[in-house]
Formats: sequence, structure tokens, C-alpha cells
Amino acid sequence: MLEIRNLHARVADKEILRGLDLTVNAGEVHAIMGPNGSGKSSLAHVLAGRPGYTVSAGEVLYRGQNLLEMSPELRAREGVFLAFQYPVEISGVSNAYFLKAALNAIRKHRGLPELDAIDFLSLAKEKARVVEIDEALVKRSVNEGFSGGEKKRNEIFQMAILDPRFAILDETDSGLDIDALQVVARGINQLRDRERAMLVVTHYQRLLNYIVPDFVHVLMEGRIVKSGGKEMALELEAKGYAWLEKEPAAAAK
Amino acid sequence: MSPVAEEKDVLRAEFERFTQELARADAPWLRELRTAAFTRFSERGFPTTRDEQWRETNVAKLARTLFVRPDATAEITPEALRRLGVVDLGGPEVVFVNGRFAAELSRTGGTAGVTVRRLRDVLESEPGTLEAQLARLASDQRNPFVALNTAFFEDGVVIEIASGTQAPQPVQIAWLSTSPGSKPTVCYPRSLILARRGSQATLVESYVGPSAAVYLTNAVSEALLEDGARLTHIKLQCEGLAAFHVATLAAQQGRDSVFTSHHFALGSALARTDIDQRFDGEGGECQLLGLFVGRGEQLLDTHSRIDHAKPRCLSRELYKGIVDGRSRGVFNGLVTVRKDAQKTDAQQSNKNLLLSREALVHSTPQLEILADDVKCKHGSTTGQLDPVALFYLRSRGIGEAQAKGLLTWAFASELVGRVPVAALRAALETQLSSLLPGGPRTQA
Repeated sequence: MLEIRNLHARVADKEILRGLDLTVNAGEVHAIMGPNGSGKSSLAHVLAGRPGYTVSAGEVLYRGQNLLEMSPELRAREGVFLAFQYPVEISGVSNAYFLKAALNAIRKHRGLPELDAIDFLSLAKEKARVVEIDEALVKRSVNEGFSGGEKKRNEIFQMAILDPRFAILDETDSGLDIDALQVVARGINQLRDRERAMLVVTHYQRLLNYIVPDFVHVLMEGRIVKSGGKEMALELEAKGYAWLEKEPAAAAK
Repeated sequence: MSPVAEEKDVLRAEFERFTQELARADAPWLRELRTAAFTRFSERGFPTTRDEQWRETNVAKLARTLFVRPDATAEITPEALRRLGVVDLGGPEVVFVNGRFAAELSRTGGTAGVTVRRLRDVLESEPGTLEAQLARLASDQRNPFVALNTAFFEDGVVIEIASGTQAPQPVQIAWLSTSPGSKPTVCYPRSLILARRGSQATLVESYVGPSAAVYLTNAVSEALLEDGARLTHIKLQCEGLAAFHVATLAAQQGRDSVFTSHHFALGSALARTDIDQRFDGEGGECQLLGLFVGRGEQLLDTHSRIDHAKPRCLSRELYKGIVDGRSRGVFNGLVTVRKDAQKTDAQQSNKNLLLSREALVHSTPQLEILADDVKCKHGSTTGQLDPVALFYLRSRGIGEAQAKGLLTWAFASELVGRVPVAALRAALETQLSSLLPGGPRTQA
């Protein structure tokens, strides 16, 4: 589904990704771990098309297409979804209106009929139940006045509605207490299936107790230095990242 | 002789003709008032950009244009009135077409305690009544356009909300310009609002006109709020895009009164609104809320003055501007706290959104504090759409143009949302969605 080859990216004059390789297949959940500043969030943003990053070398193929040439909205319409680490508050735009506009843009792109308000609201109701989000939040302004947990749940709610093929979860666990984390993880697990791939970016192993990945990669200084199975997360938790700095970069998967 | 001097001579001749014809039946006090006002105007002339209050707003083109009084009343159907954007609010409605009262379009009677009368009727039937009230609040010393209005107004409205009355529906005054004939026309709307003790009312003033015609609206509204009165004033400035609109709204507040002004400046090539508020008793509250949306070459200017002349009053001001194309916005807000106005609580905020590189906003929030035990703050921000929010919307599949429209609407919607009349909120939403780029509505 996703193939990243020798990806180099920079913000302003700073090189953040320095030759990253990664392959993700449909149905797989990959975890990207690494210390602060290793480039985890930058990878998530580059894949979603956030302006401000310059890709200086390498390529990203998404379902056989050049992902890097696509606008952010086209990526979303093709099935890429980024759950933000810091979801944005948008005062004056209701969650429901925003999501209906997004869903219909995606449906239109895929040749499906647009949903009217009634059909959309019944879909929203159903998905709100799946990800355990209070229905009242659907009608409120996007993320405005939401608690940290509500914002993260709202990201997963959006993911449930938009039904992406490839979801990137950027530090979805940050700022959540253990109860909120479990709710969010349950929502994410409900959305796992054989067709959908996920890239879970996290600093801590904790989240991976609840969202068990198929593969774990360690990102350091803009490259993947080690890849392994889910048990590697525990090893990292016990030993930290420092011991990896001495190891030669290992090819990803 | 300079062109401006010629202009003044033309206006002097016009004033002499006016006093001998249309205003010949005026009571002596009104004649004196008009003459004094015209003299003040003559002494000063039209403002120039050398005047501190008019630094950003050049009215030279207006001053050079020879405006005539429209000579014929245009036939307007009720449907045409609605099509032009005057929303039926169900309550009393006074319609003026080219400055002339349109009886067939108006509804004035029917609500106990709410008296809506033509200014001309009051001046003719009770010539002494208004002597103590008219032209008391709007200063023709400060603003030459107020002087011109006082000199030249023909008609208008007097609205009185009786003591203790709660007006059940908003009272609407609609000023329509049709600009008949080939010459630029002028009208001088004049409103006097008397909110008696403990009364409660909402007043809507709508200004509409055809999009291509050059005309001038020079309006003055004076609102007196007696002790405990609550008055909400909503101004919809939706003039045609070639029009000039200059207006003053003056409000004086008695003890414990509450005045709220909602101001939407959407039309006109050049629009200038002055809001002059004054607390004349303790414990009053004042809210000034405004939104201007400029496109093309429009210049939209609001100057507000909030005068904390008495202790223990509260004022809140929020003005937002959206400017696109090569349009310009001006916000100048002065909050004065006088020496004895202790326990004043004042907040002022101006936020502007620039949608193009050529658009510009001059923002001048000012606090002038002479008392020491007060809570005052003010702020001003001008910027573009938040790129992070824009990316957030796009990352969900929403196209760039639609995302920009949504964020722009979101910026404006705060002020629309605070309008207490549902029918007006809906109308504003529709109107703004046609003005803002890609601006869809937010209701799902």
C-alpha cells in the first residue's frame, strides 16, 4: 500500500528525514517509535502533505501513485488520514458540517453519491457509538473547548466517518490518562481490518499495549535504525533508545 | 477659487432653496438649528485627510460629486423591497424610498407602548415637542456630515418606547435608494429613538440600494436610553457598491441602561460610520459589535467613541474586518474613562482578516484613562487565515477554496451568531455566503 524509499525532507534549512525506507501493506499496523526530535511527527506530516516541508530526495508510492505530488486534499480523498497530535480548534464551524463537507468531498472523488444531512447524521450517530464519543460534541464547533481526551477521540471519530485506507496516528496517546487512552485505543482497534493499514507514531510503548502492532520501527536522526516485531517495543521500554545510537542503521523490513 | 469652495457655494445655494421650499414650514427653533448647523459646515467644509478623524478616509471624491435631491418617488413593490434584502421581521416597519416616506410599504401602528412616527408628522403637528431632543446627542461640531444632515434632513422617524414597555418584535426602518434619473442623488435619513425608563426594544436600520448607481446616504440616528432602558440597535449597511454612505449613531445611556449595537458594513464604495456613545448615569452597560466585509475597491471605516463619563459602567467592543481584493478597512475605537469614572470595566478588541495581498486594514484601538481604579484592556490583531487550520481542513479532503471559505465564514460567524433576531441571522448568513470567497453555510 505504501512504499517509502530513501526519503529526505527538510523544514527551512534543517534536514529532518535523512534517507527513510519503509513498506506498509494492507491490513498491517506499523508502529514508529523514537526519541524526541527523531523525525516521527515530521514523517507523519510529510505523508499527509503539510506545507512547509521540502522533500529533497526519495519517493513515496501510495497504491502505486506518487503521493508527494498530491495536494493534501487529494491524499485524503485517496484514503490517507492523519490523526493530529494537536487537533486544531475551529471556532464557528460545527464538527458535523465540517465532517459532512469532508466526507462528501471524498465520496464525490470516489464516484459515490453525496450524503444528505439526514443520512450523514445517522452515520455520525452510529460512528459516535463505535468510538465512544459524546454525540453532543458532533454539533459543537470543531474541537473548540474540547478536553484533551475529547480532541483525540474526535480524531478517531473523524477517521471512523471518513473510512481511510491508510491512517497515520501521530502521538495519539500524548496527553491522555490511562482511561482515556483505553477508550481511544478501543476505537482504533474497531477500525482495524484487512484492507486498512495504520502507521502509529508514538514516543511511549504504553499505547502499544492496547494497539498491538505487527511491526515496530525505531526512528533516529531521520532514519529507521531498527525494525522488529511487537516485542521490540517492550525491549525499547526497558532499555531506552540510547543503546541504538551505536548500532549501524538497519534496513527497514 | 478652489473646487471645494465651489462645492460650498453650490451647497449654500441649495441650502437657501431648501429653507425657502421644503423647510419653509419649519418651526423657528428648527430653522435656527438648521442655519447654525449649515454655518458650522460652511466654516469647516468637508473633512480632508489632514483631519485626525479622517486621516485614512479620503472623501474628496464625495465632496466633488454634485448630488441632487431625487425629485420623484420611485414605485417599489413589497416584493422588490424584500428582494433588495430588507427582511420582513413581522413588527413595525417604516420604509423610506429616496428619503421619502413610503406609506404603502410601511406598517407603523399596532403595538402598545411602541410609537413609531414620521419625523415630519411630529414636526408639523407638535412643532415644539422635539426642540429639546433633536440634535442633542449627535455632535455637528465634531462631524461636518452631521451638520449637513441637520441642515438638510427632510424626514425620518421618531420611535418612542414607553416606560416599562417590552417591545415584542423588532422595529425596522428601511432606507432604500433607487437613484432615479441620471444624476447622483442624496438623502439624509434622520432617526430619533427615545427609550423611556425600563423599556426594552430592538431596532433594525437597513440601508439598501442598487449596485451600480452613485448616490449618497448621510444618516444620523440619535438614541436616548433613560434609566434602566435596554436598547439593541442593529444596522445593516448593504448599500450598492458605487454608493457613498456616511452615518452617525449617537447614544446616551442613563443609569443601569443597556445598549447593544450590531453593525454590519457590507456595501458602499465608501462607508464611514461614527458611533458616539456616552454613559450619563452609573451602572450602564454598552456593547458595540461590528463586522465589515470589503471587496474590490471598497473603503469601510468605523470610528467609535465610548465615553465612560460616569462610574461603575461596563463596555465591551468587538469589531472584526474581512478585506479582500484591494479593499481597505478602518477601525478606530476610542474608549475614554473620565477622572471620576471609577470601577469602569472596559474591553475593546479588533480582529482583522486579510484575504489578499493588496487589502489593508488601519486599526487604531485607543484607551484614554483618567481614573485610577478601573479594569481596561484592548487589543488588535490583523492577519491571514491560520495555515494550520487550513491544513487541518484540507487533510480531511476539503478542497483549498472551500477550506478558505469555511475558515472565513467561521471568522465572521461569531458576530452573526450574536444578532438576537433569527430571521436576520439567516439573512446575513445567506448574504455573507455570497460575499465571502467560496463561503458556504455552516449549518449541517
